[in-house]
Amino acid sequence: MSTSTIANIDVEFNDEGFFVDPDQWTVDMVPELARREGIEELTDAHWQVIRFMRSEYLAKGTGPTVRVLGKTSGVSIKELYQLFPKGPAKMAAKIAGIPKPRGCI
Amino acid sequence: MAKRVVILGGGTGGTLTANRLRRVYSDTEVEITVIDQDDRHVYQPGLLFVPFGLAHAEDIVRPRGRQFHHGIDYVKGAIDHVDLAASTVQLTDGSTLGYDVLVVATGAVLVPEETEGLVGSGWMEKVFTFYSPEGAAALGAALSRFDGGRLVVNVVDMPIKCPVAPLEFCFLADWYFRERRIRDQVQLTYLTPLDGAFTKPVASKRLAGMLAEKGVELVTEFNTGEVDGKEGRLIAYDGREVGFDLAVVVPLHSGAAYVGRSPGLGDELNFVPTDDHTLQSQVAPNVFVIGDAANVPASKAGSVTHFEGEVLVENVRRYLAGDSLDASFDGHTNCFIETGFHKALLIDFDYDTEPLPGHYPSSVGLPLLAESRLNHLGKLMFQWFYWHGLLPGRDIPGISSAMPIAGKQSSAASVSSKD
Repeated sequence: MSTSTIANIDVEFNDEGFFVDPDQWTVDMVPELARREGIEELTDAHWQVIRFMRSEYLAKGTGPTVRVLGKTSGVSIKELYQLFPKGPAKMAAKIAGIPKPRGCI
Repeated sequence: MAKRVVILGGGTGGTLTANRLRRVYSDTEVEITVIDQDDRHVYQPGLLFVPFGLAHAEDIVRPRGRQFHHGIDYVKGAIDHVDLAASTVQLTDGSTLGYDVLVVATGAVLVPEETEGLVGSGWMEKVFTFYSPEGAAALGAALSRFDGGRLVVNVVDMPIKCPVAPLEFCFLADWYFRERRIRDQVQLTYLTPLDGAFTKPVASKRLAGMLAEKGVELVTEFNTGEVDGKEGRLIAYDGREVGFDLAVVVPLHSGAAYVGRSPGLGDELNFVPTDDHTLQSQVAPNVFVIGDAANVPASKAGSVTHFEGEVLVENVRRYLAGDSLDASFDGHTNCFIETGFHKALLIDFDYDTEPLPGHYPSSVGLPLLAESRLNHLGKLMFQWFYWHGLLPGRDIPGISSAMPIAGKQSSAASVSSKD
């Protein structure tokens, strides 16, 4: 666990870099969280995916996997990888302040 | 009047549910109907052995109809859709069946066409899957002709049936090529979308170690975007490419197609949202789900389906009696992992407890997370039990559906000290 100051708030992250408490997240944190992931400029498409991740998490209790994102977010998997090269589900989940999407076992 | 229970799917879950229900109720209390589109019940754990000539495809298939107790109505037909509001099932031949309780047991299907290029050129020539009897037999013929080169084993994405099977394939391939004395001419590579060899940390470490011991290269976080069978390349979404002479691919899985045609029944991947502990669906109170068709966070595996059976049948009974449901399914999973050379590993876990070393089902029992000949014999004997014990709905003496904790070493630290 570690703590970093994002948008003037002390945020707790777990060892993999996901929010410990998703309620700490605010939309003001997004640009700084994106920079931590190596994304300097957020496009409309980035925002579309981040908002979608957040709303899916709030509705279902878990963020979608890449495959589900490709089927439901309106952005194809290829484009998702262009937007979030290190893995769309994980990167967008970190920026959206939600836990690691519940992987399948 | 008799209540009507309709079971969709006559595989592992549908068959054991029908047979267990038949023992609970007389014909006059409950009518039981099972619907399936074909009469071929495949013993799916046997598919792994077919490519290596250790089993024959025709020997692991039996007629579905013969696995049911007397007094179960078996209908051969394809499902068009389920109408949750009307509590009816519409078949493609136009007939309609009403139900008081519906049990969804139609499992998972392979959707190789969802991956770019997978069913294109090279499919069934140098790109195969062993997840179907036809694929496993064709792969067997290709393996016997294979004299050397790079063989890749690739899981496209989770979830898949029996997540340990592709690892077992790697272990058996190593053994197979050693027996043929050409192991030094074969490069074996395992490509997984996971960040390790397996999903659960202790077992993942142990299995990664075994891949290394057997000289199988492990490539993680490989999300297959395209299969180029002509040039022999697998291309990941992040741009990485891996060449092959022979590819063994585990395609994407979905729930059955009719689930997608049934308004409100399934999720994005056609699996049915289901309560983790009661196995009642979250889409309608009179719909229950068993096995791979459910979206519960357990492995899609026959052992899970087997352990679910007891809780599911009890909850169908409670629902019909108007009682509150039993929330006791714990996600218990038990897998033999074939490692070649007449040996196997056994893992046992549930929703909350990862696979641990020790013995199963108690301190006197089969070794867990360790290779042994006894586990291999256990795996072979299981085929007999599947047809004669599991499907008829019998319990195994000493084996409970809840995960046992006796005999297990509780801390992960005890594993690392052994490595």
